[in-house]
Amino acid sequence: MGLMDASVTLKKLTEKFPDAVVGTHNYRGDDTAIVKKEKIRDICLFLRDDPDLLYNFMMDLTVVDYLGRDPRFEVVYHLYSLPHNRRVRIKALVPESDLTIDSVVSVWVAADWFEREAYDMYGVVFTGHPNLRRILLYEGFEGHPLRKDYPLKKRQPLIGPVN
Amino acid sequence: MSEISKDLHTEYMVINMGPSHPVTHGTVKFLATLEGETIVDLDVEIGYLHRGFEKMCENSTWQQVIPYTDRLNYVSPLINNTGYALAVEKLLGIDVPERCKYLRVIACELSRLSDHLTNVAAAGLELGAFTAFLYFVEARELVWDLIESLCGARVTVNYVRIGGLKNDLPERFEEKVRYVFKEVRRLWVDVDKLLTKNRIFIDRVRGVGAISAEEAIAYGFTGPCLRACGVPYDVRKAQPYLVYDRMDFEVPIGETGDNYDKYLVRMEEIQQSMRIVEQALAQMPDGPINVRLPQVRMEPKEKIYSRIDSLIYHFKTVIEGIKPPPGEVYQAVEGGNGELGFYLVSDGSGKPYKCRVRPPCFALTAAMPRLVKGRLLADIVPTFDMINMIGGECDR
Repeated sequence: MGLMDASVTLKKLTEKFPDAVVGTHNYRGDDTAIVKKEKIRDICLFLRDDPDLLYNFMMDLTVVDYLGRDPRFEVVYHLYSLPHNRRVRIKALVPESDLTIDSVVSVWVAADWFEREAYDMYGVVFTGHPNLRRILLYEGFEGHPLRKDYPLKKRQPLIGPVN
Repeated sequence: MSEISKDLHTEYMVINMGPSHPVTHGTVKFLATLEGETIVDLDVEIGYLHRGFEKMCENSTWQQVIPYTDRLNYVSPLINNTGYALAVEKLLGIDVPERCKYLRVIACELSRLSDHLTNVAAAGLELGAFTAFLYFVEARELVWDLIESLCGARVTVNYVRIGGLKNDLPERFEEKVRYVFKEVRRLWVDVDKLLTKNRIFIDRVRGVGAISAEEAIAYGFTGPCLRACGVPYDVRKAQPYLVYDRMDFEVPIGETGDNYDKYLVRMEEIQQSMRIVEQALAQMPDGPINVRLPQVRMEPKEKIYSRIDSLIYHFKTVIEGIKPPPGEVYQAVEGGNGELGFYLVSDGSGKPYKCRVRPPCFALTAAMPRLVKGRLLADIVPTFDMINMIGGECDR
């Protein structure tokens, strides 16, 4: 995972999507690309299928809430390419005014539960997700607890499951 | 005859397994739609052990997170400790001393032993092989005795520190390891004889829960479950951390990805983990176990009580927490179930801005419906056993 290797992904991504890639950086050896959310599905497909990249694993998907900044949310994808033994981090910017982003379940099935968790915890809506409902919390829970403005000690009555 | 079948009214039956069910070791609920005994659809409901791990971490100092990581995969807590500490060290840009790296490798492999022993034991139990369960739980007890002598606790270990370890090896540790491994190997042979060629066991696991390599990758499988499909991906080999690149060990792989292969892979990994511990003990150099950075790793108590600068550092790291520079890192380690990743974001303060765990069994549990659809209801049991879903890690 040298720096030379690393830049391949970021270089190819920037060449392919010059308008969508807002910035790239490599901090502590982790390649990161910050992208606009509109093209996320195309970007993921490209990363998965391009013969020089082949990011066949979607290892992790999560959201970070940068309260007080615009755009407020970042959807963070951690991808791994088994054939090239490389990792990359893709961060898609999601503003509070439009909390939607395309689902990538059709690219990697693994995204299914990860997107449900991200929706559960942060309220980001993944359009095109086949079954977007809460996963760790229960239906009827109010709010999204990992948002920075959700109080740490807020209590909510725990209601039983639906069935 | 045909008229009778036309009038016969049949409908799917929905049955509910869990959240507290004797064969689901882990608090999880299955909602199975059945046609006769065949599973038409399966809905997995998790979250019963959700306790807001990330929210807690965001409101604790960086060091205070370590005990929380014990409670993720509580069968292999030392790996969680190590993974988190490595991630924070990557964020800080520091490297720990050689001896510390070896000790962490030993700790990780003991944890992996305990994980796989528990998994195989529980799988045996749930398929009716109570003797195999007793043997491997005995082996696990011995491994836990070792862990206890190492860090004073059996399950909630809290052993690894950012920039070092709580303590060095106890006296006569190598001797204890030799004794325990001799016993574990003896018990391993017994369980191997009891299960590996046992007709009843094989009938329940072979061909059940099979998945192709491509599909397993798409589902985000890692660890023994992925290797059972024939993909030799192991973080310890692919992107070696600590001193795994100096260890001589094999990565066992299966062929079909069914439950039998997952069992075989785990059995072999038990052997490999013992090999790694023995090598690490033999190669381990003398020297310090903590980094000499008082702003990261607390200094010895004698210094804190006798030197003013040490006291100030101590006070500041305890009250404010250590302060990694702003930035973000992802660090993966090979956990008991697969790739355990920590994604940390720092804003430069004493508390993590974001502390995300990539739980390996989350992705595995998500594939449960795929693995059992079209199979019999009874196949849920071995399949779920071999997935090795750990509630503390899956639900966080």
